[in-house]
Amino acid sequence: MNALRQSSPLAVTGKYLALAFYVAFALFPLYWLAKIAVTPDKLIFSEGTALIPSKFTFENFQTVLLQTDFVAYFRNSLIVSIGTAAITTVIAAAAGYAFSRFDFRGKRLIIALMLITQMFPLLMIIAPIYKIVAALGLLNSLTSLIIVYTAFNIPFATFLMQSFFDGIPKDLEDAGMIDGCTRFEALRKIVLPLTLPGLGATLGFIFTAAWSELLFALMLINSNDAMTFPVGLLTFVSKFSVDWGQMMAAGVLALVPSCLFFIFIQRYLVQGLTTGAVKG
Amino acid sequence: MAGIELNNIAKSYGSVEVLRDINLTIEDGEFIVLVGPSGCGKSTLLRMIAGLEPITGGEFHVDGRRMNEVPPRDRDMAMVFQSYALYPHMDVSRNMGFSLEIRKAQKEERSRKVGDAARTLGLTSLTERLPRALSGGQRQRVAMGRAIVRDPSAFLFDEPLSNLDAALRVEMRLEIARLHQRLNATMIYVTHDQVEALTLADRIVVLNAGDIQQVGTPLDLYERPSNKFVAQFIGSPTMNILGVDRAETGVKLKDGTILDVGSRGEQKRAHELGVRPEHLDVVPEEAAHMKGVAELVEHLGSDTNIHASVPGVGPVLVRQHGHFPLKTGDAVNIAVDLEKAHLFGPDGVRLAA
Ligand SMILES: Nc1ncnc2c1ncn2[C@@H]1O[C@H](COP(=O)(O)OP(=O)(O)OP(=O)(O)O)[C@@H](O)[C@H]1O
Ligand SMILES: [Mg+2]
Repeated sequence: MNALRQSSPLAVTGKYLALAFYVAFALFPLYWLAKIAVTPDKLIFSEGTALIPSKFTFENFQTVLLQTDFVAYFRNSLIVSIGTAAITTVIAAAAGYAFSRFDFRGKRLIIALMLITQMFPLLMIIAPIYKIVAALGLLNSLTSLIIVYTAFNIPFATFLMQSFFDGIPKDLEDAGMIDGCTRFEALRKIVLPLTLPGLGATLGFIFTAAWSELLFALMLINSNDAMTFPVGLLTFVSKFSVDWGQMMAAGVLALVPSCLFFIFIQRYLVQGLTTGAVKG
Repeated sequence: MAGIELNNIAKSYGSVEVLRDINLTIEDGEFIVLVGPSGCGKSTLLRMIAGLEPITGGEFHVDGRRMNEVPPRDRDMAMVFQSYALYPHMDVSRNMGFSLEIRKAQKEERSRKVGDAARTLGLTSLTERLPRALSGGQRQRVAMGRAIVRDPSAFLFDEPLSNLDAALRVEMRLEIARLHQRLNATMIYVTHDQVEALTLADRIVVLNAGDIQQVGTPLDLYERPSNKFVAQFIGSPTMNILGVDRAETGVKLKDGTILDVGSRGEQKRAHELGVRPEHLDVVPEEAAHMKGVAELVEHLGSDTNIHASVPGVGPVLVRQHGHFPLKTGDAVNIAVDLEKAHLFGPDGVRLAA
């Protein structure tokens, strides 16, 4: 152990430099987004590459919130993302539990099918999906997006949930059933509380995926009323110019729900609730 | 209170047969210990009794009632798991009272029973802690407490002490023995620690590779093992097994020494001689059956284990009481307590005296 701890100062410095570089690299686009959002329009091009603008303004935010349809896009996106995340997580939790705990005929086949659906590039299936949605009369509806997103996210979410269930010792449910629970009660009173971190993580991932999805939203939604946020963002690009400042301000605002969401669930992600369940 | 009856119980996973033709009758209030090497099916049998594992063959009765398909919650049995299986999100008292909570017992009754159990097990000061804030021994006690609180008709234990250190194991063993005396409930206990088996059991069931080898009191198994497997499995250190040939009177060791074991019914079939280390003695040269050299001498204080090598016969382990002044390389002259030696046939079955 000691040999590991007493690594040379040079190595330590190197390690932190590498980490700092990585963090800067990852966060730079976000910084740039925020920077342009608060730069007055006329300065965007004149001091385009300066790291810190000479003047700040919140005019872009004001315009976006009051004079565009941003609030409507935002609300649509919230409905779609929350709907998708909730439905997907419920289905994935049920399927993941079954995969984790039971052996049933056709299990391998279902798993294989789920993996296969993940192999096709989205572009290949956009046309058929469009046809199906059109035939159902669901074009230009948020429902169509929720259905399509749910379908596409279920395999990944199921495998994620299965791995969380796999992490909960079977003995706990057995103990619950010995203590007088039915299997369902054991699931509800013992497994479910322990799976909260997993549910949180799955909700978060699916929410974020649905929140930023563009391709299907673009295809299936034309009317301004039903546009989600990523599609709406494109309305800031007109034929002749791009309204950078407003677009970036909208972008910053769009980050808020994801951030809130992850701040909310991060304590579940960090803490391992199962510690202490089985031996030492 | 429960009398448990297993008739021709079998278990297979698909085509893999794990248990075969298990027949066992357990009296009400009896303490039964299941022993056997790893993978022989002890846990599987216990879990079938608990209702956690479907029974794939045979009949299982409790107090005369067929229970094959009854779900665990209706079997009125409590189980202590090797992993303890404490609910990580519940504090100690809720863990212990969970079965009562599920059965919708009154709050006062619940807290009274949990309090009683906690006092019995010395957990009173820990009732508000979560399992993760407990030591291994404390977790083990909570797992026991969870079983006691229910006052079940039978207790099932699956190697409950195997995760504890030696001292704690001795202490908890006594605790379990006391518990059995106090509650007088049927207990089925899985272990592969034979000290636990010999000290706790009314009767021991020795399993090997899915078959019952022998059922009997600890003394039965020690004095009259039905075959070589049981003979070597019970008793520590392990019984010496020496190859023999038949002789006119008694049997002949491989170096030619005749041992007069008296006339035993089937002694003509004798293939091996089994003798426990404590039934060998270091003696003066003229009284010896075997003459060898000490290869390793272990001084344990209460006993001395002498690993000797006897030319023509092989390695022989001798146990002497107390401190025995002998060094590696010394010559040892060994006498066999012929009364206590066993003969085994070529199939490993013990030949009756
Ligand atoms: N789901 C399963 N499918 C196939 N074989 C299984 C399954 N579960 C257990 N087994 C087999 O059943 C046999 C008995 O297992 P069991 O857990 O009862 O052994 P054990 O006697 O409790 O061993 P240990 O002392 O190591 O706990 C083992 O050989 C094991 O490989
Ligand atoms: Mg086992």
